[in-house]
Amino acid sequence: MHFVVCVKQVPDTTDVKIDPETNTLIREGVESIINPFDMYAIEEALRLRDKLGGKVTALSMGPPQAETALREAISLGVDEAVLLSDRAFAGSDTWVTSYTLAAGLKKIGDFDIILFGKQASDGDTAQVGPGIAAHLDLPQITYVRKVEEIDENRIVAERLMETGYEVVEAPLPCILTVVKEINEPRLPSLKGKMAAKKAEIPTWGAADIEAEPDKLGLDGSPTKVIRIFTPPPREGGEMLEGEPDETVPKLVEKLKDVVLGAR
Amino acid sequence: MNDEAIRIITENCVGCAACVKACPFAAIEMQDSDDAPKGSLAVIDLDKCTLCGACVEACKFEAIDLRKEAKPAKDLSGYSDVWVFAEQNGGHIESVTYELLGEGRKLADDLGMSLCAVLLGSGIQDKSRELVARGAEKVYVVDRPELEYFRDEPYAAVLIDLVRKHKPNILLCGATTVGRSLISRVAVTVEAGLTADCTGLAIDPETKNLLQTRPAFGGNIMATIVSPDTRPQMATVRHKVMKEAEPDESRQGEVVLHDVAEKILASRARRLDFIAEEGSTVNIAEADIIVSGGRGLQKPENFDVLRELAEVLGAGLGASRAAVDADWIPYSHQVGQTGKTVCPKIYIACGISGQIQHLAGMSSADIIVAINRDADAPIFRVATYGIVGDVLTIVPMLTKEFRKVLGK
Repeated sequence: MHFVVCVKQVPDTTDVKIDPETNTLIREGVESIINPFDMYAIEEALRLRDKLGGKVTALSMGPPQAETALREAISLGVDEAVLLSDRAFAGSDTWVTSYTLAAGLKKIGDFDIILFGKQASDGDTAQVGPGIAAHLDLPQITYVRKVEEIDENRIVAERLMETGYEVVEAPLPCILTVVKEINEPRLPSLKGKMAAKKAEIPTWGAADIEAEPDKLGLDGSPTKVIRIFTPPPREGGEMLEGEPDETVPKLVEKLKDVVLGAR
Repeated sequence: MNDEAIRIITENCVGCAACVKACPFAAIEMQDSDDAPKGSLAVIDLDKCTLCGACVEACKFEAIDLRKEAKPAKDLSGYSDVWVFAEQNGGHIESVTYELLGEGRKLADDLGMSLCAVLLGSGIQDKSRELVARGAEKVYVVDRPELEYFRDEPYAAVLIDLVRKHKPNILLCGATTVGRSLISRVAVTVEAGLTADCTGLAIDPETKNLLQTRPAFGGNIMATIVSPDTRPQMATVRHKVMKEAEPDESRQGEVVLHDVAEKILASRARRLDFIAEEGSTVNIAEADIIVSGGRGLQKPENFDVLRELAEVLGAGLGASRAAVDADWIPYSHQVGQTGKTVCPKIYIACGISGQIQHLAGMSSADIIVAINRDADAPIFRVATYGIVGDVLTIVPMLTKEFRKVLGK
């Protein structure tokens, strides 16, 4: 069986800090990593391959440096990787990203399951997985926390919802987006690291995936960012000074009316 | 993107490097240049640049030109009305719907258009009453057994059918599991722009376009987004971000029963079972008061200290990602960028440092209380009241004091 995982390289936002003087992002020294949710998608694809046989391909759309994310995927055990990269893709919103990745997936062709992390930690939209499902006209199971059954024709998975979980069956090929509960990602192996060093990762541009030029990049995106700003900082508060036997009653005094009103 | 899409205007660049700091993608660096007024010139790496415009905003010297190709104006005049997707579960309308109706009312008024709701389900028609009471002037109802509970394909296909037939100007949907699974399929198929997790919505007085404001990079940066050339303008909004519309039983509205072709209701996926969550079902997203714990608790058992306080206050129990990742408490309690967004009256952060990603989930709380041993913890910058001290000493004292004051 052929499992394809779509991965995105993102800045490591756990390292991102705000410069308190200028109120802007401090980007120096911030690493680029595989989107954390994608790690779970990669791990699940590897487990499914290990169970059923076949191969795992990682696909990413990004600037040339995104290749390092794909090599990292290979070091985890992914068999092959493809990078979609072209200046024409720059500035893509989620509609265009879904379209571009879908074109890449069509070129890859013979997939059984396409896996995604639930959302990317920079954009946080969670739109691309279902968007690709629409472009490729595939069934989808989102927020998957466990695969219960799988064979060449169908999958049964648990989908996490706000009030519980749903058990859903879908025919293959289909799209899955996964949440962190699904597994514990493995670490890269020595064998994997060596494979990552030697791996040939083709780069496909707009012409290679036969993409329509007016559906690409900034100009093809239906949504446009017209302004970026740093939010005004929250008004400064009050530090309660003193020993706990002074500060605690002070705090309770300040909160008690709100607490009484809330109940 | 052609090479001229973004460029530095050399004569204006004073080498202050504000753009370098502002760029979320590290695409700009300073280079020595004899052409620049101060000898130092910003240079943009076009392979890394995503044309987001953060640098343009940061530059005080108008030294960056970001040119976007103007598209020929499309005729979008046939699109009218503000629609809200009414999410229902077992006949119970989710309260995020009422928040969308509250916000949608303002947008409809600014545009001089009607506010409508879209209700899918089985045996659901009577519920349109509730939507009318909350301000919907029209409710489009699709009532079929196949729609009894949410399934991705038929729900998307029905919504697409409605959108194509009735051409709404704006379509709002809750950023819930159902909403997020559904809405992207619709946006892609009808070729419309979709903005996720909006914290602000407004109508631009000049262009009449919907201004959609949302956080990115864990809430560090806010972006205002428009969909000028496509309709409907689609946006999702998280629960508890907007204010609910007040119900008024005297309101009147029209119910439009919409019929769909059989094939639209087809679904390749099917539900085999639904299991409600075991254990505590306190949905912290609904709580007015939340007591939340992080790594500063030191041990999972210390969450019991917070549980006691939560019980006295009638509060929900939250947690930082660090505590959840350490398996001290289930993920359903996680507050933050990858957890829940909460907007309580009081949020008490115990032993939580206040990473940006955590703040993204709770910074709109009315009152934030921070208790932490580290006086430099970022949480104190957003706290309304802060106490530097040991959580394990202070929280039990708080519990005792509240018991006294609340007569428990």
